[in-house]
Amino acid sequence: MDSHIKHALTAQLLAMADDEILLAHRDSEWTGHAPILEEDIALANLAQDELGHASVWYGLLHELTGEDANQLVFFRDASAYCNIQMVELPNGDWAFTLMRQYLFDVAEMMRLTALMESDYRPLADAAAKVRREELYHVRHSSAWIRRLGLGTEESHRRTQKALNTLWPFALQMFVPLPNEAALVANSILPDSAQLQARWLDVVLPFLHQAGLEVPETLTPIATSRQQHSKYLAPLLQEMQEVARQDPGAEW
Amino acid sequence: MAIQAVTEEKVWHVLDTVKDPEIPVVSVVEMGLIRAVELDDDRVTVTMTPTFSGCPALEVMQREIKTAVSALNIPLPHITINVVLSPPWSTDWITEEARAKLKAFGLSPPPQHGGKLDIIFHDIAPCPRCDGHNTSLKNSFGPTLCRAIYYCHDCQEPFEQFKPL
Ligand SMILES: [Zn+2]
Repeated sequence: MDSHIKHALTAQLLAMADDEILLAHRDSEWTGHAPILEEDIALANLAQDELGHASVWYGLLHELTGEDANQLVFFRDASAYCNIQMVELPNGDWAFTLMRQYLFDVAEMMRLTALMESDYRPLADAAAKVRREELYHVRHSSAWIRRLGLGTEESHRRTQKALNTLWPFALQMFVPLPNEAALVANSILPDSAQLQARWLDVVLPFLHQAGLEVPETLTPIATSRQQHSKYLAPLLQEMQEVARQDPGAEW
Repeated sequence: MAIQAVTEEKVWHVLDTVKDPEIPVVSVVEMGLIRAVELDDDRVTVTMTPTFSGCPALEVMQREIKTAVSALNIPLPHITINVVLSPPWSTDWITEEARAKLKAFGLSPPPQHGGKLDIIFHDIAPCPRCDGHNTSLKNSFGPTLCRAIYYCHDCQEPFEQFKPL
């Protein structure tokens, strides 16, 4: 593989993996706190799935560069993480958590569907695997958004508020990485602008049917994955604490 | 090397004794998780695929597969396990015998979907007790990644389904 392409692909895989690992962590924070037992179980499952997806992307990265997933996850500081800000945000209320999950799940579905056609075979194979699991996520989060959006006055208000806050954060999912063009030109990655268009085609009518009003803006909260919110450092501190206490530990 | 006395058939046979840790009534072979067994001069290579990509049982299964194969007098360093993601594992690969065992275990076997996984939106899950279809989905997530929770209106009891994948 051409070194320019390899470099670009590495950055892309790291971005995808970092998004998933942090969302997994946030979802896992609901364990023992979800409003009902069944949802406690569901969120734990979602967290475990996203963790599995992260390990798939870190695994592909490992094949390219030899970097170790545990090292990347537990021993990088906030400044080296390449995630979007949306997955850093604290869980907020139930509506906020499910709205984030829904916006993310649909985007992931679109991305995976496109990646199944990637000319980089390991990526296409992994996408086909992960996509099957993602179907369950989309079904779950979309059912909740409909339920909350069309539910009581309070659930509607909270869900609308979550959407208003999250919308510009969600748009960061479609900000292309600096060297995306080379990957798109080589049919390795889908074009981010196209992905965004497909995502909007799904989420706009859906959110409307759920009784929600989508903010007008198409401006993302940030255009660089190097910019983080104040929430990332404390999240990492908690996520990495045990591993860092004894870096050579054998489990 | 002792490996010369080993046949692929013998390896498949010991693999069939390794159970899925989350569903201890079916083997990794019956679940369709073993994709290939290859022998060469001094090595046994087992190719397997995970059910869900986040399946926590994967490492346990790898360890148990190595132990089982080593019982054929093959030293551990001569056993390799390859984990592949492609083609993605499908519940369609679960054998008929294993489906019967799942049902006896109380798990509604996954419907065959022939790759059309949109079947999940139809919530087809016959009750493993009464075989009835008067059931409804309670939670598409259950105690493990591979299970969903349904309710049988005739038996008036909940049951678990092995999710189609
Ligand atoms: Zn029944």
